[in-house]
Amino acid sequence: MEISVEVNGVTHSSDVEPRTLLVHYVREAVGLTGTNIGCDTSSCGACTLHVNGEAVKSCTMLAVQADGQSVTTIEGLAPSDDEMHPMQTAFMECHALQCGYCTPGMVMASVSLLDENPSPTEAEVREGLEGNLCRCTGYHNIVKAVLSASGGGK
Amino acid sequence: MIPVAFDYVRATSADEAIAALAEHGDEAKLMAGGHSLLPMMKLRLAYPSVVVDIGRLDDLSYVNDAGDYLAIGALTKHRMIETSDLVKEHAPLLAHATGQVGDPQVRHRGTIGGSLVHADTAADHPSALLALGGSVMVKGPNGEREIAGTDLFAGFLESSLEPTEMVTEVRIPKHTGAGWSFQKFNRRAQDWAIVGASIQQVEGGARVALVNMHPTPTRSAAVEEAISGGGGAAAAEQAHVGMEPSSDLNASVEFRQHLARVLVGRGLNEAGI
Ligand SMILES: Cc1cc2nc3c(=O)[nH]c(=O)nc-3n(C[C@H](O)[C@H](O)[C@H](O)COP(=O)(O)OP(=O)(O)OC[C@H]3O[C@@H](n4cnc5c(N)ncnc54)[C@H](O)[C@@H]3O)c2cc1C
Ligand code: FES
Ligand code: FES
Repeated sequence: MEISVEVNGVTHSSDVEPRTLLVHYVREAVGLTGTNIGCDTSSCGACTLHVNGEAVKSCTMLAVQADGQSVTTIEGLAPSDDEMHPMQTAFMECHALQCGYCTPGMVMASVSLLDENPSPTEAEVREGLEGNLCRCTGYHNIVKAVLSASGGGK
Repeated sequence: MIPVAFDYVRATSADEAIAALAEHGDEAKLMAGGHSLLPMMKLRLAYPSVVVDIGRLDDLSYVNDAGDYLAIGALTKHRMIETSDLVKEHAPLLAHATGQVGDPQVRHRGTIGGSLVHADTAADHPSALLALGGSVMVKGPNGEREIAGTDLFAGFLESSLEPTEMVTEVRIPKHTGAGWSFQKFNRRAQDWAIVGASIQQVEGGARVALVNMHPTPTRSAAVEEAISGGGGAAAAEQAHVGMEPSSDLNASVEFRQHLARVLVGRGLNEAGI
């Protein structure tokens, strides 16, 4: 099926099988491999990206469901090549990553969290990231980073 | 994991979706948010040959004040229900239970219609619907009908809809200002309930619906009768009566029975019953 998806501001048209998962479409058809696949069963959040500005798990969505929609991946977050998104900066400054595998999903989920709740408490950050697992168990600094990006928790 | 190949039809209206179901019969499945169907298709526990996508029917995504009840479109996403001021005011049990479903990513995609038709005894919405005395409006080739929540859950992961019918609206009677409680016991924040309970105070008693205590989402007649009989919070001792919970990796039958009594007890206290 012919679909057309705006990915990070650029419209891509491709012919995909209806059963193609959004995460496979983004990684293989569009060629953006920043979005990771962890569990492939909707549990870990590694595949989190934004569809129309909201965090979703792209292993649990079909590419055809994103037809005509706007998708943002980790590659599309930074405003320019030499400037990071404030959430990326906060992750770096707070040492919120170890192996980095969960990081793209964590960052995308965190940006969506602050969009919906700009000044969360620590408990709200922990709850808001309940759909993202870090196998390095670095949650403490991830929570610190999100609080720091929100201007709180200093 | 990739689903078995299927043909994809995107419906632009409820009538078109129903016509597609009528044309393809048992081979076809509606897909709303896809957050129950797609995981099952990836595990190849479901393999429809036609998927009818109703996810774009924005005219069925709403929360309206309909007088003595709230009218909620079948395609309304969890996130919208969780944050709706109308739902928070008139059916706070539903708003709260919806906020406990999965995680934010799941709540951005999943819909109330999909949750109810999936008819999972471990899911949160069915118990809230039962405790709030709600119903669903269903449309099919022969017109519309209303199914009460108590008649909606036919068996394990089975609703009482015909294969050619779809839910268009969920109706939730207002319970403004009445006591309520939603109890959910799980080990990881994003998980389904190992056992849960929805409790809604009503005139002369309460409706009490249990999660994951029976093959279908079910109200506890034993607890409700004990409450009407003046049993107060001690009614919770009856929470296992008449239930046939399963035993799995998360909990044995005995542990589930224990959890039901404890959770209903906490819930009755919280709801002021
Ligand atoms: C990681 C994860 C965690 C979750 N945790 C929870 C949880 O804690 N609690 C909980 O309650 N749920 C949980 N869920 C399930 C979630 O709430 C689903 O969104 C919901 O069960 C199904 O809604 P959907 O719109 O995605 O339906 P779909 O998956 O699209 O459809 C489900 C079924 O309903 C049918 N259907 C859908 N819409 C209609 C309609 N309008 N009329 C007739 N039939 C229809 C479909 O044909 C299919 O059989 C979780 C899901 C995931 C992936
Ligand atoms: S890969 Fe999608 S949630 Fe784990
Ligand atoms: S940093 Fe390694 S998985 Fe989170």
